[in-house]
Amino acid sequence: MVGWMIEVEGLLKRFGTTIALDGVSFRVDRGEIVGLLGPNGAGKTTMMRVLTGYLPPTAGSVRVGGHDVREVPIEVRRLIGYLPETVPVYAELTVRDYLRFAADLRELPKVEIPDRMARVMQQTGTAEVSHRVIGHLSKGYRQRVGLAQALLHDPELLILDEPTVGLDPSQVVEIRSLIKELATHRTVILSSHILSEVSQICTRVIVIHHGRIVGHDTQEELEKRLKGAERVFIQVRAPAVEALEAFRSIPGVQSVTPAEAQEGTAAFQVECELGRDVREDISRLALDRHWPILDLRSVGMTLEEMFLKLTGSGGAA
Amino acid sequence: MRRIWAVCRKELLCTFASPVFYIVATVNLILFGVFFYNIIVASREAHLRYVFHNIAVTLLFTSPMLTMRLFAEERKLGTFELLMTSPMTLLELVLGKLLGAALTFGVLLALTVDFPVLLLSFGRPDWGPLVTGYLGLFLMGLAFMSAGMFASSLTDNQVVAVVIGFGIALLLFIISWFSAQVGGPVGDFLEGMSISNRFENFARGVLDTGDVIFCLSLTGIFTFLTVRSLDWRRW
Repeated sequence: MVGWMIEVEGLLKRFGTTIALDGVSFRVDRGEIVGLLGPNGAGKTTMMRVLTGYLPPTAGSVRVGGHDVREVPIEVRRLIGYLPETVPVYAELTVRDYLRFAADLRELPKVEIPDRMARVMQQTGTAEVSHRVIGHLSKGYRQRVGLAQALLHDPELLILDEPTVGLDPSQVVEIRSLIKELATHRTVILSSHILSEVSQICTRVIVIHHGRIVGHDTQEELEKRLKGAERVFIQVRAPAVEALEAFRSIPGVQSVTPAEAQEGTAAFQVECELGRDVREDISRLALDRHWPILDLRSVGMTLEEMFLKLTGSGGAA
Repeated sequence: MRRIWAVCRKELLCTFASPVFYIVATVNLILFGVFFYNIIVASREAHLRYVFHNIAVTLLFTSPMLTMRLFAEERKLGTFELLMTSPMTLLELVLGKLLGAALTFGVLLALTVDFPVLLLSFGRPDWGPLVTGYLGLFLMGLAFMSAGMFASSLTDNQVVAVVIGFGIALLLFIISWFSAQVGGPVGDFLEGMSISNRFENFARGVLDTGDVIFCLSLTGIFTFLTVRSLDWRRW
């Protein structure tokens, strides 16, 4: 089949009087790995639910694999493997029974089911727990079982809603590399509120904020724009006013905000120009003035703040 | 067809893996045993007519308990999203669920097999009323369960689902109470809508196709309403 995998045109989704998606348009080509990035409540989940046909759009057109999600929802669902944010597993079933159920819902040919189940369990690393009841599995395993379910019918389009939320760091690394592996011959859309995750996995990023697309970048562009967009937290034993003035005078520093500190010490959030690490300058300055450094670390920006940077609406505050 | 069976199979696996069914079944079987013992000892008659009546009343509570989780739980767990994004029609889903509930209920009824067996070993009961009585219980339970399933499709709270399901079932059971006051054609209609009147025929051993069709129609109506409510709640 030719053409775009996903075509969204002027999509509007309203819940009562709340507008969840407001005039969203984008296209996804076959074989792309696209990240939907946005803070909680931005509309990522709603976007995915509309793509999967779980929620009907209020207005606009949504086509998946050339099919309109409203006209032929069943056709669209056949193309899609979907892992919702809440992993849709039944605690009472064993992994095997659950995958068997998913295979039957997809009406996979009976003779192929054992092979396919074995393959997805191997891919997701769930083979060793296949006879265990899902309710007794860890969060990480449940996530994999959910992913196995989404892969069972070898879908052309894989939609993953926050696939790494709630996993421990080593599991996150594993799931990410699994997703990359899976993406070699299919289209993947995943949502995340973690910028680094999206920039690691995805070839393209769509940034959503308040139900609108506010940014549309390739991975390289996004990284370039956000490089060094970090803040430094510093706590020194020094007179607060003097220290504030001193840190402000460091070249490249854009703002210094006092933070809560104990008696006799001063703490600040120091924000600097993009692509500049001022930690060395700060420590040198503190040493010169004989201010003991109690704490010095770079703190990541919150996603909201990154959005301001991305969209430029916040400026260099 | 395969999807209906898949949903039904999943329902049975989940039902028999959770304690709810065993608790409901135990409590019911104790109650049924009490009915049986007292009625048979008092009447010394080899039939189950009055036992069936008592079981029928119990079913007003039991049926919605067997169906309360059908959709409410799926909603709460988020598994509803899996079902609704599978290439499956709502009707297939609803029929699979109802079939699963019906089989579960069938198991519960089958566990009272000791009643006819005891009658047969100590007396000479008439076969007909025993068979029609069980058929009546099953069909009435089926209608109640379809109402319970509809109630479950309205909410993600299982307690709410039981309360609504019980309310609908009881209303169907007592609707003829109003027929005398209202009178006329409306009164006749209410009399005809009463599921307890229909059940009385089954319990007496009268097998009327009209009664069978009545119960199945109610089931059909609530099945349809369930599909509508699921469809509507997506918007």
